Amino acid sequence: MTAPDEHSAAGFEAPEISHRTIQLGVKEPLRLDCGVELKDFPMAFETYGTLNESKSNAILVCHALSGDQYVAGDHPMTGRPGWWEVVVGPGKILDTDKYFVICSNILGGCMGTVGPKETNPGTGEPWGLSFPVITIADMVRAQAMLLDALDIPDLFCVIGGSMGGMQVLEWAALYPDRVFSAVPIACSAQHSAQNIAFNETGRQAITADPDWRSGDYHRQGVVPHRGLAIARMVAHVTYMSEASLHSKFGRKLQDRDSVTYGFDADFQVESYLRHQGSTFVDRFDANSYLYITRAMDYFDLAERYDGVLAQAFQETNARFCVISFTTDWLYPTAESRHIVKALNAAAASVSFAEIETDNGHDAFLLDEPEFWRVLRGFLDGADEQRGLLG
Amino acid sequence: MNMARKESEARRDAIRVDLQLIADMVEPGSRVLDIGCGDGELLDYLVHFKQVDGRGIELSMSGVNACVSAGLPVIQGDADTDLDDYPAAAFDYVLLSQTLQATMAPKQVLENMLRIGNRAIVSFPNFAHWRCRVGLALQGRMPVNESLPDQWYDTPNIHFCTIKDFILLCDEMNITIERSISLDSTGRARRIGSGMFFANLMGEQAVFLLHRS
Repeated sequence: MTAPDEHSAAGFEAPEISHRTIQLGVKEPLRLDCGVELKDFPMAFETYGTLNESKSNAILVCHALSGDQYVAGDHPMTGRPGWWEVVVGPGKILDTDKYFVICSNILGGCMGTVGPKETNPGTGEPWGLSFPVITIADMVRAQAMLLDALDIPDLFCVIGGSMGGMQVLEWAALYPDRVFSAVPIACSAQHSAQNIAFNETGRQAITADPDWRSGDYHRQGVVPHRGLAIARMVAHVTYMSEASLHSKFGRKLQDRDSVTYGFDADFQVESYLRHQGSTFVDRFDANSYLYITRAMDYFDLAERYDGVLAQAFQETNARFCVISFTTDWLYPTAESRHIVKALNAAAASVSFAEIETDNGHDAFLLDEPEFWRVLRGFLDGADEQRGLLG
Repeated sequence: MNMARKESEARRDAIRVDLQLIADMVEPGSRVLDIGCGDGELLDYLVHFKQVDGRGIELSMSGVNACVSAGLPVIQGDADTDLDDYPAAAFDYVLLSQTLQATMAPKQVLENMLRIGNRAIVSFPNFAHWRCRVGLALQGRMPVNESLPDQWYDTPNIHFCTIKDFILLCDEMNITIERSISLDSTGRARRIGSGMFFANLMGEQAVFLLHRS
């Protein structure tokens, strides 16, 4: 590792990355919420930076529905920068010179962790729809198994946006002693009817594709790319805002001077969405999409606690930083406020900032200086408390 | 400790005199909720010099973001509506500095403060200060001065009171006044004792340490 001042001279350099896959549940299986036990299953993960001697500098980044473990550095499949490259790296907010950043592909994902695309060792065939239905809590329990395997007792911080934020909340509830600070961003403690409705639309698009073959498309050598692309297109609209769509595309036409009186992508926004859909298909598995969106729909953290969300946070001593964005209509600020109210009722330490932006739900992935200032300030404060500064 | 750190420590050390009075009433290492914490000046002082476990509530998002960016645990919220969420006796002290007069229901806010906290510390501008009296009596105008800088039509202050009014309210609500201090326009602090008439006339603002009997 080079000295920090060299980074500022030469700009940011790529963090030290380790790609790994580990077998979990070898001795003790993972008992899923649906009752099924998952034994000896793979989990793929990336780490950035170095774990310190006292193991007090670990940060777990939880990825969202369409994300994966490739937070920073180049994505091995797409060749594009990791999904949170702007935030994770040497000298960045999640400073890999200081922190040991871990991100694992979620349970049910399609980037190396066990999911419907992976081979079921019992049959030698892809799991497909025989893969058990999973929950956000299952994902978090699997991540805790990963930490056990890496011999990391607790996390300095667990952080994530959207579905990643749901995992953060679940971490605080399930493992209160293992979380020093928690940053749920642009998320909710309970998936709303609107969220379920959009997810269902996406799932219907996939299952209506004749190439989906009742989920058996892997064995039959086809891919339901049309259905998955449509699901992605619908979802992508929900990640943006009316204002950002307007400023990005307006009614601008795509490589033409006038409309064609047909159903080609006359408008730039159509062309953009088609592109989003088709590139997504190259890296994502349709069945994974079904399973993960289902896990999101089932998420209602208060349910286990007789409907009282504050009960979920009764045991936690974690410092929370809840962040929302003004134009996020998928997980609006009111949802974050609901989490904050529950944390207050549990007398937890909580910061809450709403960031003004036109970028909608996707703002957590983008260049948002105010968001970054808040995040950096919170982490520095937590850092000071934890005594990492010495 | 590097230079930048030293400088910021020095800045932190010097806070407004009324905030200093409040800070002096807080026991080190206690749990503190600062309502209307603004940009976090008092909270930052308390966290760093009194090692309190401090939280803040602030109405303006810009204030909140400034606080969180400085590493302070602050949420966006309203004294009138958001105190109900907190459990009883969650804090040793609940602070309300220069905000009581801007709340919709000051009595309710005081009730909530003494429910959430074992003690409450309240500071407010005194409307019976001689300059206010002179302004009203001789000029026939609502007071506009250093501690009350806004015109009547754009002031956030909607429930003015005097030191005497506040003491009477505490009496009515069975609140015990542990300590009370008035600050004159030169920043000099005086205990409000038996000479209440003098305090009510000379005090530009007042700070009260309260608990429930």
